[in-house]
Amino acid sequence: MSGSTAAPDRPDERLVRTSPLRKLLGRPELGSVVGAVAVFLFFTIVADSFLQASSLGTVLYAASVLGIMAAPVALLMIGGEFDLSAGVLVTSSALISSMFSYQMTANVWVGVLVSLLVTLAIGAFNGFMLTRTKLPSFIITLGTFLMLTGLNLGFTKLISGTVSTKAIGDMEGFDSAHALFASTLTLGGVELKVTILWWIALVAVATWILLRTRFGNWIFAVGGEADAARAVGVPVIRTRIGLYLGVAFAAWVSGQHLLFSYDVVQSGEGVGNELTYIIAAVIGGCLITGGYGSAIGSAVGAFIFGMTSKGIVYAEWNPDWFKFFLGAMLLLATLLNAWVRKRAEATT
Amino acid sequence: MGAVLAVALVASLAGCSSTGGKRAEERAAAAAEGRAAVNTPRWTFAMVTHSGDGDTFWDIVQKGAEQAALKDNINFLYSHNDEGNQQAQLVQTAIDKKVDGLIVSLAKPDAMKAVVAKAVKAGIPVVTVNSGSAESKEFGALTHIGQDEAIAGEAVGDELNGRGRKKALCVLHEQGNVGHEQRCAGAKKTFDGTMQNLYVDGTNMPDVTASIEAKLQSDKSIDAVVTLGAPFADAAVQAKRTAGSKAEIDTFDLNAKVATGLQSDKLGFAVDQQPYLQGYQAVDLLWLYRYNRNVLGGGLPVLTGPQVITKDDADALADYTERGTR
Repeated sequence: MSGSTAAPDRPDERLVRTSPLRKLLGRPELGSVVGAVAVFLFFTIVADSFLQASSLGTVLYAASVLGIMAAPVALLMIGGEFDLSAGVLVTSSALISSMFSYQMTANVWVGVLVSLLVTLAIGAFNGFMLTRTKLPSFIITLGTFLMLTGLNLGFTKLISGTVSTKAIGDMEGFDSAHALFASTLTLGGVELKVTILWWIALVAVATWILLRTRFGNWIFAVGGEADAARAVGVPVIRTRIGLYLGVAFAAWVSGQHLLFSYDVVQSGEGVGNELTYIIAAVIGGCLITGGYGSAIGSAVGAFIFGMTSKGIVYAEWNPDWFKFFLGAMLLLATLLNAWVRKRAEATT
Repeated sequence: MGAVLAVALVASLAGCSSTGGKRAEERAAAAAEGRAAVNTPRWTFAMVTHSGDGDTFWDIVQKGAEQAALKDNINFLYSHNDEGNQQAQLVQTAIDKKVDGLIVSLAKPDAMKAVVAKAVKAGIPVVTVNSGSAESKEFGALTHIGQDEAIAGEAVGDELNGRGRKKALCVLHEQGNVGHEQRCAGAKKTFDGTMQNLYVDGTNMPDVTASIEAKLQSDKSIDAVVTLGAPFADAAVQAKRTAGSKAEIDTFDLNAKVATGLQSDKLGFAVDQQPYLQGYQAVDLLWLYRYNRNVLGGGLPVLTGPQVITKDDADALADYTERGTR
């Protein structure tokens, strides 16, 4: 069954009364949850230190940094589009706030807010270009990706004279911004990074938007069949621009985390991360063709990725094979996910 | 956009920081005006490296080369690409431009062999820098300037022994980088304790932190972490704190953050290969060859490292790392 045919069948499912079990089986993230449990059990068995509370904090941190971006990227994919610029946009966002604060000798919060405005403007640019030119989002955001990569490096070198930003750790406002974006909370002896809270909040908001608001219906409609959606009065352009703004907002959060955890930013970072976000969304049950998926799924996908990448370290496997293990685990998780979904669809 | 900028400017005037920032830098900056010290003809030297975009290390190499070029009245051209065949094409463009001297790094010697031979045949003096000490002479270069990675690694092993470390972790941020492997292998060779390698994804800083954190949690007996690049030392410091580990963090290369880290005892030591010197010497040696047919090294590589930097040296170097030349 393909995604584009699945979506038009689906809208009714939220109106028709179904049994809780059927409802559960129909959820897009079900397969990934089973996959996550499998990966979790696997590493619990092969890696001694995986089950420690402190290890769980580390895995959650790795998952949260990815998950913050995966949630809006999943929404965007449900809306039928990609964003290849999301990875470097995170770096751009961090660079903007750092360099603005530094060069203007301003309170770092000023830089943080300027960064929010500029990052959102870049997101709006993506959405606007997409809807105006009617070119595939793959091309548009690939262009943005390359331009941002160049701008990050060019501007940083031009302004700070080196390829990384200057340290802003001694500037006013740093401590409060650090507390919001990069602090560590101790909960029952376990160190948890604040990004985990951001992650939970963003996934909750994304889920609420997707399942409880009109905008959520628009996302499914636009991703399923844009022309049909437009015909029944869905504001396709506004929906798409809104989705890109969502990605930009999350990129801003991630970028500020990057800046305030290390207090200097390397201008060349972030390349390649955009694919990781997409992978997390796909593992979490989003269809590459759009119209189907969930925000919770993206969180589960990010969690699987976090468990796998760190589980390999906990298991102390030969590092020469690291990338192979990572790839194989991801492939298995995705296959299991697809298999469970097929079974679930067969029973409903 | 204009409105955004206007709002930003007003906001920044209202919310000034009295500490740090550009103003502090300007206050501290002592202007050092440079001009040519010689009146030799204005030769053109090209430098082509295997640096990726936005690499701090190569940025410093470039600064050294530019400084020497200014002094030696040289028209200095710099280009870089981390793909072997792309780098070779850049060398070809330098040959096409009939430059008076060529500086190349040989991280991927096989890809560079033919084009370097071409330059030599065209009568362009070639100096190799940073990587390629083994191939430099064979390819027809005048001399090689750089650090022997294995020797640098061995210096780390010795230093760790002197600090009484027993179990060390070598953090590689680029899987498949030959120089990185040589460093860790060198360290393993002279280190009396045990040393393990950990591969991390260098373009994703939070992931680097989480990976080191995971390793330190799974093995509490690790008492030393060695990172191969300056930016990763800070990630290791954070990982150590979260994992509640007692390990000492040491690193290759230097930057402002590492200098302050050494001063505040967050870091044990740093192994510097003096990238500024690599760029500076390469240009200067080419000038000497052009001017006076001098060749340094007597057929052997000229080593710029390893220089082991500890807390005491860091105080003296902090200003230079701040301006990005150390």
